[in-house]
Amino acid sequence: MTEQLLKVEGLKKYFPIKSGIFGRVSNHVKAVDDISFSVKKGETLGIVGESGCGKSTTGRMLMRLLEPTEGKVTFDGQELTSLSNSEMRIARRDIQMVFQDPYASLNPRHTIEKILMEPLNVHNIGDPKERKQKVYEFLEIVGLSSYHAKRYPHQFSGGQRQRIGIARALMTNPKLIIADEPVSALDVSIQAQVLNLMQDLQKELKLTYIFIAHDLGVVRHISDRVGVMYLGNMAEMADTEDLYEKPLHPYTQALLTAVPVPDPAFEREEVVIKGDVPSPANPPSGCRFHTRCPFKMDICETTVPIFAEVEKGHSVACHLYEESRPQ
Amino acid sequence: MTEREKILEVKGLQTTFFTDDGEVPAVDNVDFHIREGEVLGIVGESGCGKSVTSLSIMGLVPSPPGKITNGEILFEDHDLTKLPEKKMRDIRGNDIAMIFQEPMTSLNPLFTIGNQLEEAVKIHKKDWSKKQVYNRAVEMMKLVGLPRAEGLMKEYPHQLSGGMRQRVMIAMALLCDPKVLIADEPTTALDVTIQAQILKLIKNLNKELNTAVLLITHDLGVVAETCERVVVMYAGKVVEEGPVGAIFKDPQHPYTRGLLESVPDMRFKKDRLYSIPGNVPKPGSIKTGCRFAPRCEFAFDRCVEETPPLYQTAEEHQTRCFLFDPKEAEKHDRTIVKS
Repeated sequence: MTEQLLKVEGLKKYFPIKSGIFGRVSNHVKAVDDISFSVKKGETLGIVGESGCGKSTTGRMLMRLLEPTEGKVTFDGQELTSLSNSEMRIARRDIQMVFQDPYASLNPRHTIEKILMEPLNVHNIGDPKERKQKVYEFLEIVGLSSYHAKRYPHQFSGGQRQRIGIARALMTNPKLIIADEPVSALDVSIQAQVLNLMQDLQKELKLTYIFIAHDLGVVRHISDRVGVMYLGNMAEMADTEDLYEKPLHPYTQALLTAVPVPDPAFEREEVVIKGDVPSPANPPSGCRFHTRCPFKMDICETTVPIFAEVEKGHSVACHLYEESRPQ
Repeated sequence: MTEREKILEVKGLQTTFFTDDGEVPAVDNVDFHIREGEVLGIVGESGCGKSVTSLSIMGLVPSPPGKITNGEILFEDHDLTKLPEKKMRDIRGNDIAMIFQEPMTSLNPLFTIGNQLEEAVKIHKKDWSKKQVYNRAVEMMKLVGLPRAEGLMKEYPHQLSGGMRQRVMIAMALLCDPKVLIADEPTTALDVTIQAQILKLIKNLNKELNTAVLLITHDLGVVAETCERVVVMYAGKVVEEGPVGAIFKDPQHPYTRGLLESVPDMRFKKDRLYSIPGNVPKPGSIKTGCRFAPRCEFAFDRCVEETPPLYQTAEEHQTRCFLFDPKEAEKHDRTIVKS
């Protein structure tokens, strides 16, 4: 039942910074620096983090929309990182993506029918009649109607556009959907509709999700497991309940207490962390969080903590838990 | 609670945009007031008119196409809607200041932070010496918790992070000791850890300087955390108004209830989120009746035919819904069906 669908090992992405008239590479932005995790069939893995932590870069590398600098991605027994471009295109049939901005991710000059038909054309699925049929079918599945097919993106509201984005991702019957901030551009009442839709679809079509977001409430609602990223590293990963009830990493703790709660009677413990996220071009030595960490020790400045299990299914990269680790 | 004096009062405000597709009343007959030293929140989804309300107060509605077509905004014996631009300029930035959502676009990239802060003081305090102006700017920077204030005076906006820029904006807004600070989505563009810092700063400054704050946001969590009273807006109208505690514990308007139910709460997991059916209507598309009626699960005939007035349901708590008309109350069950 808990079969692995996706396995990521030592994934890295360095963007070169060029300077001088010859464009010499002077430094790298370490957007993602050595992260490993796996996703089980049928689950939702949430990835949270603040801007610049590398969560979107990770999502894009899994589909190889960005070429990883280093590392291995294995999907359903196939090593994606060693495929050629044309082989990768075929593999993308099983991995689809939903983007954040429903305004920018749909071509304004194409009708909805054309937009939804595109993946079928690319992957050569069915004949024209079947394709049309499928477009209508999926429009209904995501809560729109078949008469919407002849319309253009500007005729839809943000929520409806996001439904179209989801329909497009579903056209090829993928196994894994990577959703990069799918609801952050939407109003609260519409956000709830889209989240419910995604949950229904997951049950119906047995989908696996990787849900990338910065909103901790949304991530808790939809995820089975959650990974917290900070400055290109995975800080903590655990089952959702575990992570929210018993956060181990000081960063996760700070993040959770920083979220405003819609209840004026709620008294929070304050772990307001100071300062800003450091630049990923020049990350702090040792543990990358040590510059803002309230529990900083000497070792944190010099040694990078290992990301490993502390309890069953609960991994964390922090020196505080070095001893409690099973050897 | 001691009765504090009303410092700003908005009465029957109507701001209309004259577009090619006809007149669009973005803000329609809105009433509310802010008391001295209080934090009032305006919440609502996009297009509800919350930002246009704040721009109307500041006299910054882009005109054309926008225009304040009705109502008055009372501030210290003046009606701001009738004030000539020259007079308005004395009040704007001096007595009423505003901070915006996007701290990058609100600062001029070509001038140093010091330049921009000093300019704001110079405009309003013409008799101050250079030294006084400089000191005031540095003092404000320190007050909002910016490190190495003197050094930052010589730096340009791009050298600062988003959170620091928002602090600069707050410092700039507070330079002339305004009586009212309007903050339009001040933390929306920031990360949660930085948001927590900025909200804490706004709350502290409100207490220390006794500046009244009008906080405009779409985030119910932010409201719960910072505000004393809340105005909920929907499609250009105030649908509910009351103290924060009452609104969150006992929301009355079906829209407010739906909104609160549909927020995923970080503290616990619900199996399924409640969602309000349908979409936010286009401004001006609903002419008669309650604007929320097409999405409301309690709507009955009267809701489509007449526009409901604000009903007083408790002290300080009002709601624009026929369910709270004493005549209707017996006929309809208003307990929300929670799935």
